[in-house]
Amino acid sequence: MSDVQLALGGASFDGLVKIEELAGQGMITLRGDLGDTAITGPVREVFGVDMPGQRGTAFADGKGALWMSPDEALLLCDYDEAQKLADDLAAKLSDVHALVVNTSDARSVFRLKGRALREVLAKLAPVDMSPGTFEPGEVRRTRMAQVAAAFWMDDAGTARVVCFRSVAAYMFGILSSAADENAAVNHFAN
Amino acid sequence: MLLLTCPYCGVAAEETELHAGGEAHLKRFGPGSTDEEFQTYLFQRENPRGVHFERWRHANGCGKWFHAARDTVTLEVFGTYSAQTLEPPEDLLKKIRDKRPGFEWRDIA
Amino acid sequence: MSTRLSTHGRLINRGKQISFSFNNTRMTGFEGDTLASALLANDQMLMGRSFKYHRPRGVVASGSEEPNALVNLGEGDRLEPNQRATTTELFPGLKATSQNHWPSLNRDIGVVNNSLSRFLPAGFYYKTFIQPRAFWKHVYEPIIRHSAGLGKAPRADARDPDTYEHFYAFTDVAIIGGGVAGLQAALSAGRAGAKVLLLEQTAHWGGRAPVDGGTIDGMAPDVWVAEAVAALQEMPNVTLRNRVMGAGVYDHGYVLGYERLTDHAPQTPGPRHRLWRIRAKQIVTATGAIERPLCFSGNDVPGVLLASAARDYLVNYGVAPGERTVIVTNNDDAYRTAIALVEAGLDVPAILDARPQGGGALMEEAKALGIRVELDAAVVKVKGMKRVLSVLRGKQSGDGTVEEEIFCDAVAMSGGWSPVVHLWSHCGGKLTWDEAQAAFRPDAKRAPTGADGEAFVIPAGSADGEMALAKVLENAAAAGQSAAGRAGFEKQAGEAAKGEAPDEAPITPVWMMPKGADYKLRSKAWLDYQNDVKVSDVQLAAREGFESVEHTKRYTTLGMATDQGKLSNINGLATLANALGENIPQVGTTTFRPPFTPISFGAIAGEARGDIFQPLRRTPIHDWIDAKGAHWEPVGHWRRPYAFPNDGESVHDAVQREVNATRKSLGLLDASTLGKIIVKGPDAGKFLDMLYTNMMSTLKPGKCRYGLMCTENGFLTDDGVVARLDEDTFLCHTTTGGADRIHAHMEEWLQTEWWDWKVWTVNATEQFAQVAVVGPNARKLLEKLGGMDVSAETLPFMGWADGTLGGFPVRIFRISFSGELSFEIATPANLGRAFWDKLLDAGGEWNITPYGTEALHIMRAEKGFIMIGDETDGTVIPQDLGLNWAISKKKEDYLGKRAQARSHMTDPRRWKLVGLETLDGSVLPDGAYAVAPGTNANGQAATEGRVTSTYHSPTLGRGIAMGLVLNGPDRMGDVLKFTKGDGGTVEAKIVDPVFFDREGEKQNV
Repeated sequence: MSDVQLALGGASFDGLVKIEELAGQGMITLRGDLGDTAITGPVREVFGVDMPGQRGTAFADGKGALWMSPDEALLLCDYDEAQKLADDLAAKLSDVHALVVNTSDARSVFRLKGRALREVLAKLAPVDMSPGTFEPGEVRRTRMAQVAAAFWMDDAGTARVVCFRSVAAYMFGILSSAADENAAVNHFAN
Repeated sequence: MLLLTCPYCGVAAEETELHAGGEAHLKRFGPGSTDEEFQTYLFQRENPRGVHFERWRHANGCGKWFHAARDTVTLEVFGTYSAQTLEPPEDLLKKIRDKRPGFEWRDIA
Repeated sequence: MSTRLSTHGRLINRGKQISFSFNNTRMTGFEGDTLASALLANDQMLMGRSFKYHRPRGVVASGSEEPNALVNLGEGDRLEPNQRATTTELFPGLKATSQNHWPSLNRDIGVVNNSLSRFLPAGFYYKTFIQPRAFWKHVYEPIIRHSAGLGKAPRADARDPDTYEHFYAFTDVAIIGGGVAGLQAALSAGRAGAKVLLLEQTAHWGGRAPVDGGTIDGMAPDVWVAEAVAALQEMPNVTLRNRVMGAGVYDHGYVLGYERLTDHAPQTPGPRHRLWRIRAKQIVTATGAIERPLCFSGNDVPGVLLASAARDYLVNYGVAPGERTVIVTNNDDAYRTAIALVEAGLDVPAILDARPQGGGALMEEAKALGIRVELDAAVVKVKGMKRVLSVLRGKQSGDGTVEEEIFCDAVAMSGGWSPVVHLWSHCGGKLTWDEAQAAFRPDAKRAPTGADGEAFVIPAGSADGEMALAKVLENAAAAGQSAAGRAGFEKQAGEAAKGEAPDEAPITPVWMMPKGADYKLRSKAWLDYQNDVKVSDVQLAAREGFESVEHTKRYTTLGMATDQGKLSNINGLATLANALGENIPQVGTTTFRPPFTPISFGAIAGEARGDIFQPLRRTPIHDWIDAKGAHWEPVGHWRRPYAFPNDGESVHDAVQREVNATRKSLGLLDASTLGKIIVKGPDAGKFLDMLYTNMMSTLKPGKCRYGLMCTENGFLTDDGVVARLDEDTFLCHTTTGGADRIHAHMEEWLQTEWWDWKVWTVNATEQFAQVAVVGPNARKLLEKLGGMDVSAETLPFMGWADGTLGGFPVRIFRISFSGELSFEIATPANLGRAFWDKLLDAGGEWNITPYGTEALHIMRAEKGFIMIGDETDGTVIPQDLGLNWAISKKKEDYLGKRAQARSHMTDPRRWKLVGLETLDGSVLPDGAYAVAPGTNANGQAATEGRVTSTYHSPTLGRGIAMGLVLNGPDRMGDVLKFTKGDGGTVEAKIVDPVFFDREGEKQNV
């Protein structure tokens, strides 16, 4: 798929954290009752993860599921597989009330790497990023500066931030500004 | 700046994550309703000094609408609850009655 | 004169000299100085001129309450007016200039106002400059503006080169103020186990305690402070931040902190200010107290300053404000200044104590040092203009009779202490008048309450009205313990540190000195230094009927300057109370509003500037359009190309060319911004029938239908084409600006009204790039790319199909907004640019022409298609626009149906959509009104219509327009007169709104 062009062509920035526009992130939006095993069962079959609970995340073998609301999940996979997996899941859910849409192109994903990622996020989102309060395993949908966004931590030094594709340049701009190497707050213990 | 806990995703969201949706528990009147019913539905709003029931949406968040009961003077939040209900839950009403004896709001007391 | 001593100066480093300039004169100070202390060290007592009378003014305080020593700081892009010298830390190369003087600080012409001051009382401007009316704008206001005012505004083209940011912090307990009370509260709350954030506005911990003396746990306060800070730094649950001012306390535990990162070292890279947006479960305000001036004649002469400030300059910076300092006081605290000055080898000719009974232990200590103490004593008047020459002494109980002239060069005054209750009060905390201390203090029973209805602010130390060191510490420890407890941390924190200081005798309130001062004395006794409000002004306001403190404030401008009356408010309202014959608590205070001291606009804006001032939404084709040099148009947060002018081509010509090229051959439009919402479920059809005015449930899979959406008020809010993807699934297109709004609208109805309906929605707007291929050669281009049958038979008008086109996965909609043969093609957004390039490349043989929004608008107007936002403005219903064909007669209900049955909506006199053609072929002005004979109820010219869209049509070679006109559709051929901007009118004929290809032959091929 050489014709694939990310919103920013794979931009990156190095400061308090390293920021990279991620290529190859597949995303599928699932609308349906996440408490219904008729829905979570097929999700497990196709994505290999149990549907996480409120604001939870689940990952396995490059795939994953993010709890977005009681009736919305964002399923993660390889970009090239997304349409196929979306079709598979939709087929398995054909008899239940659910909507599956490949939204891999609708969003941009940034990876933040570095110890200061809590601080960088705390400059932009009204979210308590304190260790112990926000940890890997949780996804937070919120506002970052002036746009809607979601983020989660993969581990203590890695986070992923998702926003709409049209505002990728804005998101990259505010993240880079927050990650200015001379702008450390040194607020969090680690 | 208000802080309301979204009953759907559990986040204690600050006002910048929220969208205010006005008075709660409106009954819709459509075709066939009288002018007065329709006028009341569309335009007449409670504006109490005290206990109020409102609609809010966790717009920069899980996207869910929910209800909040709050005091418009002190900004005390008595509770937030599901949008899929025609009236406030009884345990919340009891809590409000205890804190604000004699309160009245539309036909709720 | 004020001088630097060789002793004292706990905050300065004599080993490090710093060079700076004031009014272009080079001066030197030491590391650790403030600008104020460094200016005093250079004998620069005169620091500015007052706002109204241009009186010479010197520094009066040593902290953020300073009203006089305001300077222009920096230059060029970094010039900032009204910066307080007392809170400006000195740095090498600092450049400051004084304000509000002309031609120079020493010789100021405006001081003539001072001689005229008895003609410039409170309300003078209101009373004097009313008549003649025109004089205000052209004569009075320019003169007043020239002579009044403080600092200079930066140049209009100045651009702040610094950066700013926000930071969201969450804590159990936020403590504002890092004096001994704040430190003790933090120790207690921290030991109880709470997460604590302690903010201090200056660079130093400990507040005034190290200056005021006494002992804490048997140590000098300095030593205890260092130990407390070290202990707090060891606690993992406690965060200390200095140079952060607690600017405001707001609802539900929200606190703003204003961090000044590089003001003291401007060469340092990184943000200059950071705005802390803090959520705290509990807030402790350990904000200390501010000393009040005394109201005597000449209390604003440079060299008259607060007794605490004199002590601060001496102890902290090794600066003596004068060689001979007279102390004047109504309480014991000022004796500390006298003692400190004498112990530093300076002269204190007398302490004038207004109290007939005098003071306690501190007075005895002063006397033992040989200092002369006069009781029931008053300053009748300070002599001197640009600096203090002498003090005329009389009796406080007297009428101003002078008993003695005491020569001196400084006066240190103390009228008692006011707790800093600002942060307590910001969010509704109430005050109580403490008669014994003559001060307002927080009323613990009426604290600000939070989301749970419980108190969330606790005052600590002298901010709570406790002035004795031992009590300050006990009170602060209790505050810290209590804050932690309320936040859910019950562990006992242990004892407060033990403070020991001499007992103090009671204060005697003094609101005018001497008590029987005559008008002449009162009219030179300043309350508000910055806004030049005197005792006599407030008394005048009271006589004129301004009985409310809020009215008096606005009439006299008392407390309305940049210092917000930190020094003047209590004296002012006591003066008002006396004038009204009421008690002080009856008169009450004015409202305390954040921020505590001014904060920079940069801090408020944070990162939002330049490229990231606002989110700019970009389509996948954006970069190509930008590189092409398009003329951009903002549409919501999107940018869309208005037109693509070639080199040397005007925008107008480009638009005309784009229309012609599209109509004659082939055009290309980036339509990615159109909203695309997927609606699915067994009840999806029923749901869309409620949302749209027309029937969507009968749409066949594979087909498209144009639909209208109204609000419950009946007004048209959005339109677009709906495609039925399968039995259960619809794709709803919205306008560019409508996607988020309509998606929210759908979710609102689904979640809050019809929650039992089985419908899911997903806003898939950005999943796809969408490109309109438009024109007689559109099909040829698609056939050339290959992969799909796009014939009229397989893909008829208003049909859609999925497939692969030229190797791209696409969905093609046969819809037309231009009246031409048109295909709107969606492909995944990440492929959008490649797809666009491929279309451009393949379309070369048909002169494929990208067109912008203006060509789009012209082509739709030529076809009589409405545009949301042009033909609609929130007051227009579909029936006004002749869209009855799109309103289902069969449906019992849809959003807006009941509203459209209201009498005003069915009024036959509602203006209706028609086409308009000027008789002379010119283009009607946009928004122009058609004038009718006669006048309306307001006596204005009557109107009978207005223009909603107007363009020059290249297809027809003339101006065309659409408009809403009274009885319009029944008046075909009538000629109306439309107003022009130049006052004239232009005639236009009412015609059918479809100007071009009425039968739709071109699009349906």
